Amino acid sequence: MTDTPRAVDSSVDDQPATGDQRQRWLIEKARTGDFTAFEMLVQELEPRVYRLAWRMLRQSHDAEDVTQQTFLSVIEHLEQYRGEATVAAWVLRIAANHALKLLRRRRGMMVTSWESGRGGDNEIASSLPHPEVIAPWRETPADLAERTEIRRLIDEALIELDEKYRLVFLLRDVEGLSVRETAELLGLSEANVKVRLLRARLQLRERLTRVLGDESRRAIPEHSHPPPPAEGNKV
Amino acid sequence: MNCDELLRALNEYVDDETVLALCREFAEHLAGCQPCQIVVDNIRQTIQLYRAGELHPMPPEFQERFRRALRERWKAKFPNSEV
Repeated sequence: MTDTPRAVDSSVDDQPATGDQRQRWLIEKARTGDFTAFEMLVQELEPRVYRLAWRMLRQSHDAEDVTQQTFLSVIEHLEQYRGEATVAAWVLRIAANHALKLLRRRRGMMVTSWESGRGGDNEIASSLPHPEVIAPWRETPADLAERTEIRRLIDEALIELDEKYRLVFLLRDVEGLSVRETAELLGLSEANVKVRLLRARLQLRERLTRVLGDESRRAIPEHSHPPPPAEGNKV
Repeated sequence: MNCDELLRALNEYVDDETVLALCREFAEHLAGCQPCQIVVDNIRQTIQLYRAGELHPMPPEFQERFRRALRERWKAKFPNSEV
């Protein structure tokens, strides 16, 4: 146990300005007992931890519990961060673990839906739903994200998604964990994660494009294509 | 590559983590298939939209309880630390 306090000096020149480098620097400081550095790290990461927990659990109270447990675990395990993943990915993994424990408790000891089908890509892509509504969106994601009714829409679309697809999408696509990290956390094979991710992406795309797509530029899906020109015929 | 094959290879292409050969086949298909181009764009936009999505605000009363719990745990781990 280290008990030498040292406050963060925000004027020091070697403080990295942003991102993972800065968060690694804060972890280093925190390990020496610097609570100010730890608080800064919490401030940077708590919104993402809370958002992940809220989206996984759908209840504020549970999301609060998970947020608190996550950062208490970070205190306990500060020395165990080895730097292989980004600090954010490490903390989000801890958060996802706590959230999964809660989900399992909610379901009792039943096998959870996200853990079934670990035998590989047996949910394979043969029966993938074909895109139906195909149209470019009228606005950019950055503009859309500002609007309250769109925030409601994306939350609703996420709730409609089967939990086993939702968890994979949240961990991999939204929070940026690798396929391997997602597979390990959920107890799935990497092949399973990829198939579920594809289904999640296709379902969410379909749902959102029905609302956000530009009807006047809608394209008709064409499932039969002539074979591509032979190598020699290309311009 | 036809549309079905493209659909199955979509993850790798969207994630940009695939082998060059698949990328070439994929790009060739996309160049001649506007619907598939739009689907790929839609999926990328879907992911961007969720990433940019609202960060749910934490209730103020929780913030206080949360900070207190952190300070207590910190003091237990680093007894001589200033918190």
